[in-house]
Amino acid sequence: MLDIDPRTSILDALRNHIGLTGTKKGCDHGQCGACTVLVNGRRINSCLTLAVMHDEDAITTIEGLGEPDHLSPLQAAFVRHDGFQCGYCTSGQICSATAMLDELQQGWPSHVSADLEAAPDPTDAEISERMSGNLCRCAAYPNIVDAIREVAGGGK
Amino acid sequence: MRPFDYRRPASAAEAAADGAETGTAFIAGGTNLLDLMKLEVMAPARLVDISRLDMGEIEQTEDGGLRIGALVPNSDLAADPRIRRDYAVLSRALLAGASGQLRNKATTGGNLLQRTRCYYFYDTAMPCNKRQPGSGCAAIGGFNRIHAVLGASDHCIATHPSDMAVAMRALDARIETLAPDGSSREIPIADFYRLPGQTPHLETMLTPGELIRAVRLPPPRGGRHVYRKVRDRASYAFALVSVAAMIRIEDGVIADAALAFGGLAPLPWRDTRIEAMLIGEAPARELFALASELLVDAAQGRGSNDFKIPLARRTLAAVLGEACELEIAA
Amino acid sequence: MSSEFVMDAPDPRNLLDHMAQDLTGAPLDRPEGPLKVSGRATYAHEYRLGNCAYGVLVRATIAKGTLTALGDEAVRGLPGILGVFSDDRFLRNPAQGTADKAPVQGAQTIAYLGQPVALVVADSFEQARHAAQSLALRYAPDADGVFDPESDAANIERPDAKQRDQGDFDRAFADAHATVDSTYTTPAQNSAAMEPHASVAAWDGDRLTLWGGYQMLKYNRNELADSLGIDAENVRILAPYVGGGFGSKLGISPEAVAAAIAAREIGRPVKVAMSRQQVFEATMRRSETRQRVRLAADAQGRLTGIAHEYRVSNLPDESFSEPVGQATHFLYGGENRRIVHEIARVNRTCAGSMRAPGEAVGMLALENAMDELAEQLGIDPIELRKRNLPERHPEQDIPYSSRMLAQCLDEGARRFGWDKRSTKPGTTRDGEWLIGMGVSSAARKNITSQAEARVTLTTDGDAVVETDMTDIGTGTYAVLGQIAGDMLGLPRDRVRVMLGDTDLPPGPGSGGSWGASSSGSAVLEACAVLRRQLADRLGLVADGLVLRDGDIILDNRRIPLRDAMGAGPLEAVGIFKPGKTSQDYAQAAYGAFFAEVGVSSITGEVRVRRMLGTFAAGRILNAKTARSQCIGGMTFGIGAALTEELVHDLRDGHIVNHDLAEYHLPVNLDVPQIEVHFLEERDDQACPLQSKGIGELGISGAGAAITNAIAHATGARIRTYPATLDKLLAVME
Repeated sequence: MLDIDPRTSILDALRNHIGLTGTKKGCDHGQCGACTVLVNGRRINSCLTLAVMHDEDAITTIEGLGEPDHLSPLQAAFVRHDGFQCGYCTSGQICSATAMLDELQQGWPSHVSADLEAAPDPTDAEISERMSGNLCRCAAYPNIVDAIREVAGGGK
Repeated sequence: MRPFDYRRPASAAEAAADGAETGTAFIAGGTNLLDLMKLEVMAPARLVDISRLDMGEIEQTEDGGLRIGALVPNSDLAADPRIRRDYAVLSRALLAGASGQLRNKATTGGNLLQRTRCYYFYDTAMPCNKRQPGSGCAAIGGFNRIHAVLGASDHCIATHPSDMAVAMRALDARIETLAPDGSSREIPIADFYRLPGQTPHLETMLTPGELIRAVRLPPPRGGRHVYRKVRDRASYAFALVSVAAMIRIEDGVIADAALAFGGLAPLPWRDTRIEAMLIGEAPARELFALASELLVDAAQGRGSNDFKIPLARRTLAAVLGEACELEIAA
Repeated sequence: MSSEFVMDAPDPRNLLDHMAQDLTGAPLDRPEGPLKVSGRATYAHEYRLGNCAYGVLVRATIAKGTLTALGDEAVRGLPGILGVFSDDRFLRNPAQGTADKAPVQGAQTIAYLGQPVALVVADSFEQARHAAQSLALRYAPDADGVFDPESDAANIERPDAKQRDQGDFDRAFADAHATVDSTYTTPAQNSAAMEPHASVAAWDGDRLTLWGGYQMLKYNRNELADSLGIDAENVRILAPYVGGGFGSKLGISPEAVAAAIAAREIGRPVKVAMSRQQVFEATMRRSETRQRVRLAADAQGRLTGIAHEYRVSNLPDESFSEPVGQATHFLYGGENRRIVHEIARVNRTCAGSMRAPGEAVGMLALENAMDELAEQLGIDPIELRKRNLPERHPEQDIPYSSRMLAQCLDEGARRFGWDKRSTKPGTTRDGEWLIGMGVSSAARKNITSQAEARVTLTTDGDAVVETDMTDIGTGTYAVLGQIAGDMLGLPRDRVRVMLGDTDLPPGPGSGGSWGASSSGSAVLEACAVLRRQLADRLGLVADGLVLRDGDIILDNRRIPLRDAMGAGPLEAVGIFKPGKTSQDYAQAAYGAFFAEVGVSSITGEVRVRRMLGTFAAGRILNAKTARSQCIGGMTFGIGAALTEELVHDLRDGHIVNHDLAEYHLPVNLDVPQIEVHFLEERDDQACPLQSKGIGELGISGAGAAITNAIAHATGARIRTYPATLDKLLAVME
């Protein structure tokens, strides 16, 4: 149990109270995606929700997806494809991609899906649109798409 | 962010009762409320957490429509097979908004109540009649590229930022609420929002403590659904102009039309004159041009947003063309 | 021991070409990658210190005047508040890159809206933030603020050293067969590194340790010490990981000084991270520019004259002004040349270096003007550029060290399918989309800077490289390890690279694209010394020493390096200094950009469909990280061309769109799968690695390829950056 100010976001609870600093603060307003974590398996911006509202939820951060010598397939693919440079948006990118692949699997459509009712393929455009909530100023976007496509088994 | 009391009521009735106290805000997804509270643009003394209440289902209604619980996340709503099949314009509008992360958290009720993205509303150092009634409007005479060209007043020219609400407006959604006294009512979306006039801080017809419980969609109207959003980058940006359209063609003439617009006005805009002009006519480029002119006949630019007038006109004409073409092809 | 190498002449050793490990240049993964992708790399704000307090900066809400009172009476009584700080050591704005001393200081005199004037410190971040928002600051405002660089009230400076007038431009322009006279504007921009500026300050007696997100620690240490009025010996800065910089973290910035002041006062470590809005308002912006470009050419398109006259802005008392004409000086020929550089003094957020200061915006105008000339003369834009590559620097009359611009243009054209481009603008369509292709030259001045690095061969036969150089995403950890591994014959995983600590030998910092060449050359020099020491130990000559895979190769024998280390570790400090070759040769990296865009004929929205860059920047040190740098630069180009614009309210100069929702960085869907190709090149004049800077090359001209493609798609030229849909709509209406 964590006894904290009700004003504390999940993001600040992780970073300032629990010591899990892998989750990053880039804007604190849901405008960059660096703080993306999984709550009960779904990706959200941890800056825009209060810790006090999630006392019964399972929160997975980047630290929970893999360790430096036991990387998840997405984490390893990001290293291979240089899907980052400075690394600051990377935790959010990988948490986001992890959940995004689930969303694809469940057949969720996206803004770029031509057919709302068909099962979407992990094309470059689908990956890019679904990852557009994660800004990367180093602009590793093409490499991020390569990494995710490889794990998703998609074609260009 | 100002300190606040945090409460988590066990029922909707309890929440509405809690909500009646002055200075209370309901919180569900929190994606806009916390954004604004961090800046102290909004500073409720009490947060009533409704996120765990039983309002997260999408159900069939007796009349063949749908009842969408206020807590249904935007992403679930967009992905629901019934929405994708019968209310495609709503699915499309949702998918055009925000990001995957935000859609997972943002709720149906909360989305309807999004506050404007006006730069000056967001900056507490600036005058803003919406944030601080009587302080003035910095957007008038300032940078107003994203501001309204329809329905604005000399007190406020902010736009409503929601995509979802635009589709809801085209779909004639009804908003089901619960008041602190336990009474409930349905407010047609056409009557739900208020124009700014002299009171831009009052944005909806909700009374203190009145809780949105669900949104009801009428039975599917069929036809072709299109949502076109024009923005400054390919994704993850608010609409400069958006058009939600449903067009049904029978025997070569437009039998049904519903149109709503985002990015243009302080509320999801609808102009039934346009629909009246279209219905009963054969689809034609000249007709679309006339309809588009009608949309902006009372539009007023404020300088940096002047471009929205031709943009709205061109986008509507293109959307009508696209919807009719698809409908004819089908 | 230490050894110094001064680049007074080409380095004839070409050491890397004689090594056997084959690491340098290889597309190796970043060694710190596993830490970054697993969230274990720690950035400034993330150091866990006991008893840490949180500070939140408070901004001025007037544009010019004097702070008369903090209005902190109500705040001081709030629970958990540890102090409200505001004094004359506060920084008005960050130090400029390589300043090495404090910038303008003092919280009382307000020069722009958003200037940090106070720091509130509390036990919790939440309480500090609320208290910061609750101060009732009181001011005596001044009425003479200047908010528009084009205003008559603006003080305009034209420093002599930044002007150029060669030959008789007016005459050349009057006599020319063809002329272009176009004015372009580019807006203010923000580097918008994903990590907001943050510092953690902790004192131990008189010694200050600062964990900060900074690019140039050698300078930052002196800037911080000078700001606080303490001895630099007592300051240590740590920045092993920095979440992007792009120029915005070159100089010490307000949060570091405020954190240090507060930490000293309350006797506890203090963490201060700027909010994103504060990053926009209180760090650095790239200046807006207004640029008039005039070209004079003969019938074959050969330039007889170039004039580039521009105005940029900055706060009073800032030495930096965007060097817009930097590429214009050396890129194209023409005997008659004029550069006019004007600085308007305004009350706006400080202007400083953002990725490729000069070229990034100057080449947008110059490369658009070249296309306007090509179109007028009916000459292919690539051909026109190739016709105007001078033999020698057109102003300084010195040779180019290396320049493969023509080859980059040709190779890029071939790969991109330039031959399929229609010669007539506005004639290619794909449904509602008007399609166009554009090209631009890439050029970025090559600079090196003094660098030191220590390399140690341990008794295990492993190597440790140490310098206070930073890796802000640029690949320093990767390339320094590759160079050392090559020189010492060690596999990459037997070289450990330690960066970002002022206790280590001073590097040049990350900026000006000089880091890899300069620090890499220092590492090379240190390793050369180690090779000699090792050879001495073995009774061999260093030249004949073959080291590979951790072994010493002797005739047919392999001796593990470890075995030679029994006598103890070896250590050497390499020092690299720029020398005469910087003056004797015009040094720059070159390339070419190609873009294909679609412009919606309905809405004016622009989408980049394809983009390709070819580059020659001397030896490429790591093909993977270099490619990423170029992709990143080209994406900055997409932002500059299409989406990025800091808007200043002309009534008070404040930045209207000070967040990431309304300052539009390109998102993933805005960026196609960019292609990058390197041409083989060695530059003997640049540095002992024969490499040139690459971090800024990818942006220098990139946006112009996009706007040239827009002109080709639509037949209309947008000269007001960025090319947002409203501007295209105005043309199409």
